[in-house]
Amino acid sequence: MSGAPQGEWPLYEVFVRGKRGLNHVHVGSLHAADDRMAVHNARDVYTRRNEGVSIWVVRADAITASSPDEKDPLFAPAGDKVYRHPTFYDIPDDVPHM
Amino acid sequence: MTTAPAQAEEASFEATLARHDRIEPRDWMPERYRATLVRQIAQHAHSEIIGMQPEGAWITRAPSLRRKAILLAKVQDEAGHGLYLYSACETLGVSRQELTEKLIEGKQKYSSIFNYPTLSYADVGTIGWLVDGAAICNQVPLCRTSYGPYGRAMIRVCKEESFHQRQGFELLATMMRGTDAQRAMVQESVDRFWWPALMMFGPPDADSSHTAQSMAWGIKRDTNDELRQKFVDMTVPQARALGVTLPDPDLVWNDEKGGHDFTQPDWAEFRDVVSGSGPCNAQRVAHRRRAHEDGAWVREAASAFARRQQQEPQQQEAVS
Amino acid sequence: MTDHTSAYDGLLGDDSAQWAFGQDFEDPLAGVDTTLAAGVDGAALAAYCLMLGDDALVHSHRLSQWASNAPDLEEDIALANIALDLLGQARLLLARAAAADPSVVPALPAGSPVPPEDALAFFRDDADFRNVRLVEGENGDFAVTTARLLLFSTHRLALLERLRDSVDPVLAAIAAKGVKEVAYHRDHAARWCVTLARGTEESRRRMRAGLDVVWPLHHELFRTHPVEATAAEQGFGVDPAGLAADVDVLLEQVLSVGGLDRPTVPPTGPLGRGAGRDGRHTEALGRMLAEMQVVARAHPTGRW
Ligand SMILES: [Fe+2]
Ligand SMILES: [Fe+2]
Repeated sequence: MSGAPQGEWPLYEVFVRGKRGLNHVHVGSLHAADDRMAVHNARDVYTRRNEGVSIWVVRADAITASSPDEKDPLFAPAGDKVYRHPTFYDIPDDVPHM
Repeated sequence: MTTAPAQAEEASFEATLARHDRIEPRDWMPERYRATLVRQIAQHAHSEIIGMQPEGAWITRAPSLRRKAILLAKVQDEAGHGLYLYSACETLGVSRQELTEKLIEGKQKYSSIFNYPTLSYADVGTIGWLVDGAAICNQVPLCRTSYGPYGRAMIRVCKEESFHQRQGFELLATMMRGTDAQRAMVQESVDRFWWPALMMFGPPDADSSHTAQSMAWGIKRDTNDELRQKFVDMTVPQARALGVTLPDPDLVWNDEKGGHDFTQPDWAEFRDVVSGSGPCNAQRVAHRRRAHEDGAWVREAASAFARRQQQEPQQQEAVS
Repeated sequence: MTDHTSAYDGLLGDDSAQWAFGQDFEDPLAGVDTTLAAGVDGAALAAYCLMLGDDALVHSHRLSQWASNAPDLEEDIALANIALDLLGQARLLLARAAAADPSVVPALPAGSPVPPEDALAFFRDDADFRNVRLVEGENGDFAVTTARLLLFSTHRLALLERLRDSVDPVLAAIAAKGVKEVAYHRDHAARWCVTLARGTEESRRRMRAGLDVVWPLHHELFRTHPVEATAAEQGFGVDPAGLAADVDVLLEQVLSVGGLDRPTVPPTGPLGRGAGRDGRHTEALGRMLAEMQVVARAHPTGRW
């Protein structure tokens, strides 16, 4: 639960192999309380439970990356406190953009 | 921040943008770029989630099994869109929970279109046609936005949005082939949603404080007015095909500019709705707050269960 | 697949398989041979399909009410998937009922384009619905929903597994597809039941209370109705009494992993001599249908 706010489920990265012969490809992220729930949720969210699709999930904070200045090249959300300045939210919201 | 390394980082950021290449999460980026992205992506994610409500209200009243399935699947897609976008925002160091709290505390906004009520089943079609249609105009260019995770999320979102627009159009077209009462329902719905749909592109360029900087950063790709024009030009022939009248007597083709002239929506109403006095603002936020708070014990239970499984994996099958 | 700047390409086709509700909408049984097998009574088959179809329809409706209300986005999506699966089953089963015995379909004004499965769903009164009472109650909290889904899907999976051998090829095909779906529903419910039971003190208390709410109604699933007896006799259906032991073993497993005692609340009695399968329902169903049917009934000749 490192870095995640109290009570929030950890972030997982999801990799899907759409059909045989292809690599698993990163398709997105989701939250889950544990690995099993992550696979289960990934099936619901990213594949609509298509059969024959293979899914990998891995906790985002378990990913090791290639170069030192790219500690978590894919995602390392909440770990990076540097950017979590309150000023993020103080910009007036007058451009609704859907 | 005028040291040499910082300048080098900034130069590399600018060079990446100049090449129309993507910025990725670990890259150096100016704080204001990051803040603008968080604001825009969060607002977009909130719009998807709040946007489940106006249509979701009709799932239980959908008039055929087929429409019930389509509507449920559509509202489900919007949950997925919110999820993809919150994930993109999380790469910038803000968690979904924090963002949700900002939303229910009224500190972050969502698209003002969802502060209008849905009053008939035709609204489900009109929202698909006009609201998702406007969303597509806004969103297709965002697939090329400068921030990688946002652009990738948008590609997934846009695929599904085009389906949403089609199902809305198809519902309206089917109703127009139905009874007089149904045709009247469609026209009344279009009359109500036309102006709020035009507002979805934001205030006119002259009054928009963020557009210029966002365009320079490649976060936005077109101005509000350009997108609005595109939407109107796209919609007019569709309205004709449907047999509905758009409620703007001054809407005419202008040969010279190669587009339609049209009346601007009531921007005073827009400002009121954005600042909280729309017909449904309080209701939408209260709904989201209730769902979030009602679910707290479930989320906590799953976390507690996961912790226990880690601590005592060998006792998984044991009775506590 | 589609050019997203022109959203109208492929309006009537080309939808990828990911859409949970399939592609062929106009007639759910399009291209399917609906001739009755030898020895199968059409009226009995229709009555039986209404029971299974109404179970799916009503439960789907309740689950769909979680949309935008679930504990988290992931769960919102999961519950919608389950509701969509059941809605698909309902549509096929009601269409099968109408094809087997057109006299079950409510009469609509001349020229009404409403297809028979919609007429069955939207123009029957509560006393004509044949679902068990278990599926019609208000959702309650997430624990009640989990408990209900666990009981219902455990039963339905056992049922559909056997129904794959139905002498009615349409029912057999519906069952074969449904088995895969409902196996997933049961897994989902069982995982949440154990998670809540072993999560926090509060979630455990709520899970127990949720089981107590639905447990009294689940006995009805295993009480053989004359229609079900005929269905088993003629080989197109399953006698539910024969499912009870298997279902019980599976439920016991989940309860034991969750460390939950079997609820001791007494079963809910029938109303007069009947229960859900006889059209004797709880008050909740009438309210539910009033909402579900309001638009359709206001436009009996409408096109949707
Ligand atoms: Fe969306
Ligand atoms: Fe949409």
